[in-house]
Amino acid sequence: MNSERHNCQLELRGAGGEEKNTTLIHFTSACTAASLCPPLSLLLCFRTTTTTKIKKKKMSQQTVNGVPSRGKVLTLDNMNPNVKRVEYAVRGPIVQRAVQIEKELKEGVKKPFSEVIKANIGDAHAMGQKPITFLRQVLALCSYPELLEDNKFPEDAKKRAKRILQACGGHSIGAYSASQGIECVRQDVARYIEKRDGGISSNPDNIYLSTGASDAIVTMLKLLVCGEGRDRTGVMISIPQYPLYSAALADLGAVQVSYYLDEDKCWSLDVAELRRSLNAARQHCNPRVLCIINPGNPTGQVQSRQCIEDVIRFAKEEHLFLMADEVYQDNVYAEGCKFHSFKKVLFEMGPEYSSTVEMASFHSTSKCYMGECGFRGGYMEIINMDPEVKAQLTKLVSVRLCPPVPGQALLDLVVNPPQPDEPSYTTFMKERTVVLADLAEKARLTEQIFNKVPGITCNPVQGAMYTFPRITLSQKAIDKAKEEGQVPDMFYCMKLLEEEGICLVPGSGFGQREGTFHFRMTILPPTEKLKVVLHKISEFHLRFTQEFS
Amino acid sequence: MSVLQEISPNVKNMKQLEYVVLARRASQIMEELRKGARKPYSEVIDVSWGDPHRAGVKPLSFVRQVLAACLYPELVNSNKLPVDVRQRAQRLLGQCAGGSIGSYTATAGIAEIVHRVSEFITRRDGGAPSHPENIFISAGSQWALQNILKVLVNSKSSPKTGVLTPVPCHCTTTLSIMGLGAVVIPYYLSEEQGWELQVEELDRALESAKGVCNPVALYVINPGNPSGHIQRRKSIQEVIRFVSEKKLFLLADEVYQGCVYGEKSEFISYKRVLAEMGPPLSDTVELASFHSASKGFMGECGMRGGYVELINLDPDVMKYIYKLFSKDSCAPVLGQIALDLMINPPQPGDPSYPLYNVETQNIRTMLVHNVKRAFEVVNSLPGFCCQPVEGGAFAFPRLHLPPKAIQKAKEVGLQPDTFYCIRLLEEAGVLISPGCEYGQKEGTHHIRFCIMTSEVMMEELLRRLTCFHTQFMKDFS
Repeated sequence: MNSERHNCQLELRGAGGEEKNTTLIHFTSACTAASLCPPLSLLLCFRTTTTTKIKKKKMSQQTVNGVPSRGKVLTLDNMNPNVKRVEYAVRGPIVQRAVQIEKELKEGVKKPFSEVIKANIGDAHAMGQKPITFLRQVLALCSYPELLEDNKFPEDAKKRAKRILQACGGHSIGAYSASQGIECVRQDVARYIEKRDGGISSNPDNIYLSTGASDAIVTMLKLLVCGEGRDRTGVMISIPQYPLYSAALADLGAVQVSYYLDEDKCWSLDVAELRRSLNAARQHCNPRVLCIINPGNPTGQVQSRQCIEDVIRFAKEEHLFLMADEVYQDNVYAEGCKFHSFKKVLFEMGPEYSSTVEMASFHSTSKCYMGECGFRGGYMEIINMDPEVKAQLTKLVSVRLCPPVPGQALLDLVVNPPQPDEPSYTTFMKERTVVLADLAEKARLTEQIFNKVPGITCNPVQGAMYTFPRITLSQKAIDKAKEEGQVPDMFYCMKLLEEEGICLVPGSGFGQREGTFHFRMTILPPTEKLKVVLHKISEFHLRFTQEFS
Repeated sequence: MSVLQEISPNVKNMKQLEYVVLARRASQIMEELRKGARKPYSEVIDVSWGDPHRAGVKPLSFVRQVLAACLYPELVNSNKLPVDVRQRAQRLLGQCAGGSIGSYTATAGIAEIVHRVSEFITRRDGGAPSHPENIFISAGSQWALQNILKVLVNSKSSPKTGVLTPVPCHCTTTLSIMGLGAVVIPYYLSEEQGWELQVEELDRALESAKGVCNPVALYVINPGNPSGHIQRRKSIQEVIRFVSEKKLFLLADEVYQGCVYGEKSEFISYKRVLAEMGPPLSDTVELASFHSASKGFMGECGMRGGYVELINLDPDVMKYIYKLFSKDSCAPVLGQIALDLMINPPQPGDPSYPLYNVETQNIRTMLVHNVKRAFEVVNSLPGFCCQPVEGGAFAFPRLHLPPKAIQKAKEVGLQPDTFYCIRLLEEAGVLISPGCEYGQKEGTHHIRFCIMTSEVMMEELLRRLTCFHTQFMKDFS
């Protein structure tokens, strides 16, 4: 233990250095002339430098009051090169432009629309979905326990609040929890998983609560990625994918190994394609992880049981760690589609698989019927992980101190909702059913309307919260985009934003087959508004096609 | 064979915390107590974290009322809550997308809150300007610190990136540095001088890094954790000159700025001192300053709200920092709101002010009392020597262990101060953490415990510590 600690620390080498004034040579040489600071008198105190200042920067190093000005310590040249490769399209330039337009509208600038509709992100409450009463009642009681005396709150809400507070340090949701999460919440999560998977056992020790599912995904990747050169860890992700994966891989300096979903077969996953991609990757890296998003984001497909079995067999054969992103598990709409958890299928395949295949499964409080993104609640369950590696994982999560406690409390309510004999049950079920029924209706509507538009083809939205239609763009449009220095679907989406005030994410942000173009849109706006949005996009598409024909 | 035979070497290199052993044993003991086991105590006192609520400090009513009304907006229209609480909640909800705290926010946080954070900083720093575009709200200050470290640490560079880090230093930061594959370059605070930071020592530390790593940043904690020291203006000026001269990025962890107890102590931010030093320093020194909703009198650790203000950064680098934060979606909204309430408390004349004032005054009095009592009692025990606690959440007294105790610890394979802590836990039901967790000069031993507790808990803690320590010293004399 002791030797490990000293690995990364320099030993004390006697007090008082001798060469006090030496600047570090190797460091100075890393600062190139291009990164030198502008003349200081020209700068406003602490203001982030503007474009004019950047131009001034090109001027040579000068002195102020006889003191030489210094170049920046942190520059594009010496910053972590991995960070430079991070791109996160769902909060990318188009969203930043949308925010700017909103500001302009507020300032009274005339536009062909009166509001910006942000259909770029799966944010149910932002689109007007109301919070589920029971969840918020319990959380309010946890926040201000004096309300437990208030007879306006139902008894079952009070009971839950008391139970959660009992499990918190000092009976306050303001105390840190264990880094892995509050124990009683992890127990409830385990019981929920058991129920979901028809009785297959789940161990609370294998549950890690997290700050939204993305935190857990990034943590697992961080743990897994190692090796250098051809031994560098490769991580298989679908194309199209959710850009959190590509961003995390860039950040970690891991190798992204892409496998393509089959758009012609409703974005289904084909093991032959997995194999092709894996074999190709083995030439230059060491693929060790396979990520699956089911139901799919941005593609909305729901995997069949057969397909999941095939993937599990493949993972076992090829010795891959499986990461199953299942945050949309309760968002399944299409007739004949059903969510099957990877864990359940794994265990039904028998001990040959269930005792060997290593896996992590992720879930979140941000989606489903509750859509509580702002709480950043989530969890992962790990299966068949080596105990020593698990100890390393526990250590890694301790750096975050703990996930937000209100998010943990919320998760507890989601996995342990009101029961039929409890006073909140009827209202809760009514609210839940309405949200999910609406989503199913909107999924149908979206596919229907888009598929009527020449030049737009759209797979059914079987699950999740998005449509990812393919758009046909003429050569002229593609050329025009190039002229503007944009990829074609970004050009398309930017134009749509400027003309209609609708914010979508271009398909290029998720990845797509060369020469095809898409966009991602959430189906979350209220039905009437969604209809308007769909029609506006349809009209825009026709206009756009004509303009560039 | 496990797929995971190989894992990230950086993660492997992160040191294993002693705390894990202690915490595991503590929860076993609690379980035993629940099952009716007989012990000399009926419950475990956990003062191992800077976690006021866990240690019996009550949340502020105003803060929790506003959060409750934001959570359940029906309360906005009820007369159960004071009118300013309801107004505040309504205004905050209006600033959330769709009027719900369940929606995502902008990457840096709710724009209006970010703006108010910048106003708070300007107020705090006697008018030194602060700009909202330089502020990122995050899920606790450590999260923001990790993001900034990530930009600074060049994972591909050889030699490795180094970060000058104080000894003692709370362990999350050292773990973060190691987890990114960077090297911790320790500089030692001078215990004899009340844990003062001395520039000569920074020089020495920097020199020691030569040929080992490439130092790019200096991390300072003021008020100190665990040292409880508050830096004077002059010391801050020296540090600023040092980083400027040595071309280091300055990381100022100032999360305990609201926790100042010494009569003559005053918190002054690095940002303020830097601004007041004027150009060229104020225009050039790159600084990241961190603050949090977890500390202060509010102590809302569980909400996970913190922020970083970035000063003098290259705008091109700022773009990448934005991307890095955007990958995390956004900070938990309740944490953002807690932060907002901390920096904008009720004002005289507001209906909530009288109660807020009483509650905060009580906490202040309690903490000043705790600090005084802890200092007196610990220093009265043979073998203990505690520097004055000027600020922060901890006492970090030095413990002169008898050779027999050190010998015994060696026999059972523990660090001497961990051995002490385990015994304290077993025999007196007090969970604290050992000095070896934070780093200490070779051959010295310390313990750390939280002083942000209720008065009752502090008295009980000191009583148990006194009893235990007296017996311990007798046993090993």
